[in-house]
Amino acid sequence: MVTLGDYLLVSGMLFTIGFAGVMVRRNIVIILMSLELMLNAANLSLVAFSRYHVQPGGLPNYSAQIFVFFIITVAAAEVAVGLAIIVALYRARQTTHVEDINSLKF
Amino acid sequence: MKSSLPWYVLLLPLCSAAVIVLFTRRSRTLSSYISVAAVLGSFVCSCLIFLRSDISAAQFTWIDIPDVFKVLLGLTLDRLSKTMLVLVSGVGSLIHIYSLGYMREDKGKSRYFAALSLFMVAMFGIVLANNFVMLFIFWELVGFTSYVLIGHWFERDTAAEAAKKAFLTNRVGDFGFMLGILMVWMAIGSVAFDDIAARVSTLTSSPAYLAIAALLIFCGAVAKSAQFPLHVWLPDAMEGPTPVSALIHAATMVAAGVYMLVRVGFIIQASQNALLVIAWIGTITAVMAALIATQQDDIKRILAYSTLSQLGYMVMAVGLASNETAMFHLFTHAFFKALLFLGAGCIIVMLHHEQNIWKMGGLAKNLPITFLTFSVGALALIGCPPFSGFFSKDAILAVAYERNMSIFAVGLFTAFLTAFYVLRMLVVVFFSRPRTDIARDSDEAPLVMTGPLIVLALLALVGGFGFFAERFLPIPHEEQATLLVPALAVAAMLVGAGFGIFFYRNRTSDPIDVEILRRKFYFDELYDWLIQSTQEFLARIAAFFDRWIIDAGAVGGTAGGTWGFGALLRFIQVGNLQAYAFLFGLGIVAIIYFAIFH
Repeated sequence: MVTLGDYLLVSGMLFTIGFAGVMVRRNIVIILMSLELMLNAANLSLVAFSRYHVQPGGLPNYSAQIFVFFIITVAAAEVAVGLAIIVALYRARQTTHVEDINSLKF
Repeated sequence: MKSSLPWYVLLLPLCSAAVIVLFTRRSRTLSSYISVAAVLGSFVCSCLIFLRSDISAAQFTWIDIPDVFKVLLGLTLDRLSKTMLVLVSGVGSLIHIYSLGYMREDKGKSRYFAALSLFMVAMFGIVLANNFVMLFIFWELVGFTSYVLIGHWFERDTAAEAAKKAFLTNRVGDFGFMLGILMVWMAIGSVAFDDIAARVSTLTSSPAYLAIAALLIFCGAVAKSAQFPLHVWLPDAMEGPTPVSALIHAATMVAAGVYMLVRVGFIIQASQNALLVIAWIGTITAVMAALIATQQDDIKRILAYSTLSQLGYMVMAVGLASNETAMFHLFTHAFFKALLFLGAGCIIVMLHHEQNIWKMGGLAKNLPITFLTFSVGALALIGCPPFSGFFSKDAILAVAYERNMSIFAVGLFTAFLTAFYVLRMLVVVFFSRPRTDIARDSDEAPLVMTGPLIVLALLALVGGFGFFAERFLPIPHEEQATLLVPALAVAAMLVGAGFGIFFYRNRTSDPIDVEILRRKFYFDELYDWLIQSTQEFLARIAAFFDRWIIDAGAVGGTAGGTWGFGALLRFIQVGNLQAYAFLFGLGIVAIIYFAIFH
């Protein structure tokens, strides 16, 4: 039987993988992908909570799922902006490696 | 009987000073006449006040902080202040008239007469004040006018320096004076002389407090009356115009210290220890100044040191708890010393501002009136009977003889020295042959200058006799009808005069040369050294404070601290995106840790 704890464990692992990706990867595109992974880890735990937090009428608590939709929407917007910044950055610096981008002004 | 007459005495010269400063500075002659008219008006008012016995002045409340501090502006009108009033305005009038002649050609005549008028206000204020606050204000004002008048010829460096010296020396004494006033006020809670006199028993209950308060008040007199050790300013003050020396630095202002001591005699006399100190300071001043005077070459400086010496006598009398004799000597001294200074002024003007006695000589023939009047003054000064100085000096010596033998001995020696240096001056200036061409071709001074001399000479002649002086002062009666004291005084005088004539007859240069007296006991050098060394010490402390506490500590510390803090913070600002993310994650972990486990 799959319990809430299992879902949260998977969610935590996903989040950790994402965080590790943000920490260790040099390519800014990969970092952005890792960020998305962390967001989805959060989404997974929200959905799991929704599923296991049954209300008196036998229905799950949908507000968490509504929240997930919002996160997906915002993440999409964020990716659009993020990728646009990366493209602009690449045009300016000819690189997508974060260790080369360490000053605010150039 | 209430009268506003005393206020007129005070306000007439004030109006004159204001008018001169505000309106008539350009027309110098008009200024001088305004000033002379004002002082003559004051003199007339003073005489009227003197003749009416039951006069009193209106009082105003000036400062009134309930239960704390109250100052009533009022005027004291007792026998003492009335006499001083007539004396000051009388001598002042004569000197104003004399100044018309002396300062005739001076460019700063308006300024001179304005300052002279202001001085008269201040001096009247000291004489009339009925409380310490008023007294102190006018006290400072005479100090200021004295400064202005000493520095009248300020384009001469020596005059400017002398003015500064006089002002600063007086500051030292006045600071003590102010502390003394505060001590009395703290103990009694009033600054009015009447209240203090009524409640002086509050002070006598703690003798040490009283002695300190009395000596601090005496400090004011030490500076103003140029007593040892603050006497150094008076000889230098001779840089001022000669009438100023006569009025301020001989007859009136320097006597104000003695007058003040007499006025607050009830405080001073309550403390035996203070009296002893005062008596000895007076004695030391008298003999020290007389010694220095024997070796001076500048005619005005000789007179200045003799003024010091005579003031020493007065302070000695105050210290011997004999206010009457002090005032008596003040009274006669004012006449004969003003006379001597004005006579010296005539000589100086007629010799085109030559003050060295060794460049004079034989002036008796050329300036007969000056010679005769000057001789009267000189004889009064050395205490030759029957001139006025004899009576007053004899009275002081008699008191000393009764109360303190050692002071009497020093006083007698001073009388000998006085006769010696005065005869030295007289012989060198007026007798033998003229030593320079200017002295040979000199001429008698105009009437406007010799007139006051004649009046003062008459006063110096009769000033000591009972029939004249008793109208003004309570004349001290000698309790022991002994002839010993006057006999000794006259003997000392004759011996001194004899020595003076013997040594200085027909000389062209000084046969006696005592370096230490010529250099005035090295007081100026000592004070120079003292001021320089203390200043150096204070400057070093200040420099250390500035360099290490202010610069290194406060300013440097703030800058260094900020810089160091910035350097610390800079380690965090690596510029690496992932480092920020890592720190951010760490922060989140910390927040979660604290949120859950605490």
